Amino acid sequence: MELLLIFLIGILYAAGIYLMLRRSMVRLLLGIMLLGNGCNLLIFLLGNITKGKPPVIAEHAKTFTDIYADPVPQALILTAIVISFGLTSFAIVLLKRVYLLVNTDDLDGLNTPEEEDL
Amino acid sequence: MTDNQIITPVIVHLFTAILQLVFWRKTVTQRILSITGCLIGFALSLNLFTKVLQGGILTMNAANWQPPFGIVFVADLLSSTLVLLTSVSALAVCIFSATGIARSRMLYGYFPIFHFLVMGLNGAFLTGDIFNQYVWFEVIIIASFVLLTLGGRKAQLEGAVKYMALNILASTFFLTGIALLYGITGTLNMADLSQKVPLVKDQSMVNLISVFFLTGFGIKAAVFPLYFWLPSSYHTPPSAVAAIFGGLLTKVGLYALFRFFTLVIVPDNTIRIILMGMAVLTILTGAFGAIIKNNIRRLFSYLIVCHIGFIIGGLGTYSKVAFAGAIFYLIHDIMVKTNMFLIAGLIRQLRGTMDMDRLGGLYAGYPKISLLIAIVLFSLTGVPPLSGFWPKILLFSAAFDTSNYAFIGSLVLGSFITLYVVARMWSKVFWKSAPEDPPPANNFDLLSPLKKTSLVLPVCILASSSLFIGLNAEFIARVADTISNEMIDTTPYIKAVLGK
Amino acid sequence: MKSTILQAASRYLLPILLLFSIFLLLRGHYYPGGGFVGGLVASIAFVLHSFAHGTDNTMKILRYKPLSLIPAGLGIAALSMFLPVLFGQPVMTGLWINQPLPVIGMVGTALFFDLGVYLVVVGVVLTILFTISLNTH
Repeated sequence: MELLLIFLIGILYAAGIYLMLRRSMVRLLLGIMLLGNGCNLLIFLLGNITKGKPPVIAEHAKTFTDIYADPVPQALILTAIVISFGLTSFAIVLLKRVYLLVNTDDLDGLNTPEEEDL
Repeated sequence: MTDNQIITPVIVHLFTAILQLVFWRKTVTQRILSITGCLIGFALSLNLFTKVLQGGILTMNAANWQPPFGIVFVADLLSSTLVLLTSVSALAVCIFSATGIARSRMLYGYFPIFHFLVMGLNGAFLTGDIFNQYVWFEVIIIASFVLLTLGGRKAQLEGAVKYMALNILASTFFLTGIALLYGITGTLNMADLSQKVPLVKDQSMVNLISVFFLTGFGIKAAVFPLYFWLPSSYHTPPSAVAAIFGGLLTKVGLYALFRFFTLVIVPDNTIRIILMGMAVLTILTGAFGAIIKNNIRRLFSYLIVCHIGFIIGGLGTYSKVAFAGAIFYLIHDIMVKTNMFLIAGLIRQLRGTMDMDRLGGLYAGYPKISLLIAIVLFSLTGVPPLSGFWPKILLFSAAFDTSNYAFIGSLVLGSFITLYVVARMWSKVFWKSAPEDPPPANNFDLLSPLKKTSLVLPVCILASSSLFIGLNAEFIARVADTISNEMIDTTPYIKAVLGK
Repeated sequence: MKSTILQAASRYLLPILLLFSIFLLLRGHYYPGGGFVGGLVASIAFVLHSFAHGTDNTMKILRYKPLSLIPAGLGIAALSMFLPVLFGQPVMTGLWINQPLPVIGMVGTALFFDLGVYLVVVGVVLTILFTISLNTH
């Protein structure tokens, strides 16, 4: 399981960086999303995957007796997913506005010359 | 000791923003609420600062979870100083925005988003948990995206795409670093990390993690070679927005670098050399970029980059004197850089342009405002009794102590180029007679006295705080010295958080 | 897109999904669920309705602008976050009523915080999706 995840994370990071280096806006967006997902999986992997019970202490016990899954990475991933949801939706709206304005998907088209400054 | 006062500068801006959302599209109410909120925020952060200055570090465990398991908020002298400076800048910028921001932008929620941004800044300064800091950073960047794109001119959207792509990339680096750090230590509390990181067997992993954090924070702080998003986006939004960005957004990256590389990981020689090299190149590229720019705001953007190099150099030198110099410079820089962009906005109101070739004759037309601006420009260049001078002495002496001649050379060169650029700007904008064609568009004289005050007063507030910093240099130096002590010896911080 | 099956189904799915989202919201403190997931399910119910009947009709049955849910939700969440301070506890500490209420279960500040999150999520998601879909057509 770990080995599979390691390869998956590597592929997601590599693909994300590659897509971000392209000149197209849509690929930039896809790259950002892939990188975010790779990062979430990395947190999941590094939080030590354990097959165990939920981290809830039994009613009359004071400590854990069984192996339990670490709850912190799950909380971190949930937070990161919520944040990347917000960022992605903003990015989609922004890139769409830009597309309507400059009528091209090419990031190199986004350079207003200095003379047009205010 | 649990103390709810720590969180009040954050909460005030949250409630202000919520109230403003309720009064959506009522711009007059929003302006009044905004200024009131900023005034209360200023009072609370001043209170927090004096408390920390007299009584030492304060902590608060959110939801009563004991550290290192819960999220802890810590106000040491560095955080509370930065929170105080943030509240001063926020007050100035929100007074300026009352007139300087077009009504169409206010209708789309300029003020609530501005308060969310300030809330995020305060939270990022006060948290003692590294993942929580990531969350505050995201609050900051989402708010800044919206402020950057409000209005939707073509140049703004172009700048925003670059800004967005690089800032999201920076966040990903930051998050990757957090994941690795949690993987090797199993904790996210900064004080706890500070104890556990030296115990990690594989120290090369720690170095790898430092590089991730260095890249992530480096993009946010705009250091060489990661600063290109800054000059290509900061000249596009309205001046009030550029002021809060220029004054505070890069500084929160610097704060994170300082916090991380003094408390969490003590960098080894390789990282220090990398930091030093980045600092020198940041100063040089920023300074040379500023020479060739003719638009006031583009010029200021490069000056921001140049002066960030000074502060990073202080971190790279890694000695007590250097830290004190860098922190002093940071304090001075936040006030001055916020003011610079407000001045650019004021000049635009006076003449309708920010292009130096089309400006001129401001001194003849507005001698009082010009003198006020002159104070700010003097303290930017570091003329002796003013605020820019003292931290440079500390930085020079720290660089001489370590015989770091590359840093000394770039400090001298950076300071001279700043002087040259500012002198050129002064002569072109204020002394040279105004060009006849096209005739200047003057919005300022048409405004009511109240609106004129709201444009000039913030510049006055920030200029007088620059003067205060310069004339009370002894007090500020003592604060900076205490902060640098806290950075070198982190045991009081750890003791305050973990209680042992 | 006109599909009779989807239109007929979405008319019944909307209340069922809303009910399910409230179920998720209430069980959230001790079991999987909570304000965020509940809010997403509720907003998906409206999104499904807008697929079948068009965005304009969905906005009509909502009556209020989804944007107005955001300050309401933020206000509830912020107040429940700040309430413990009045009792001398740190910010965000959970305060609970001792007796569980029928159907709802334990009531405390955490539930109101979740309710705030629920409203904010519905408001944000619907605002974003309506903005995107209204611009497209």
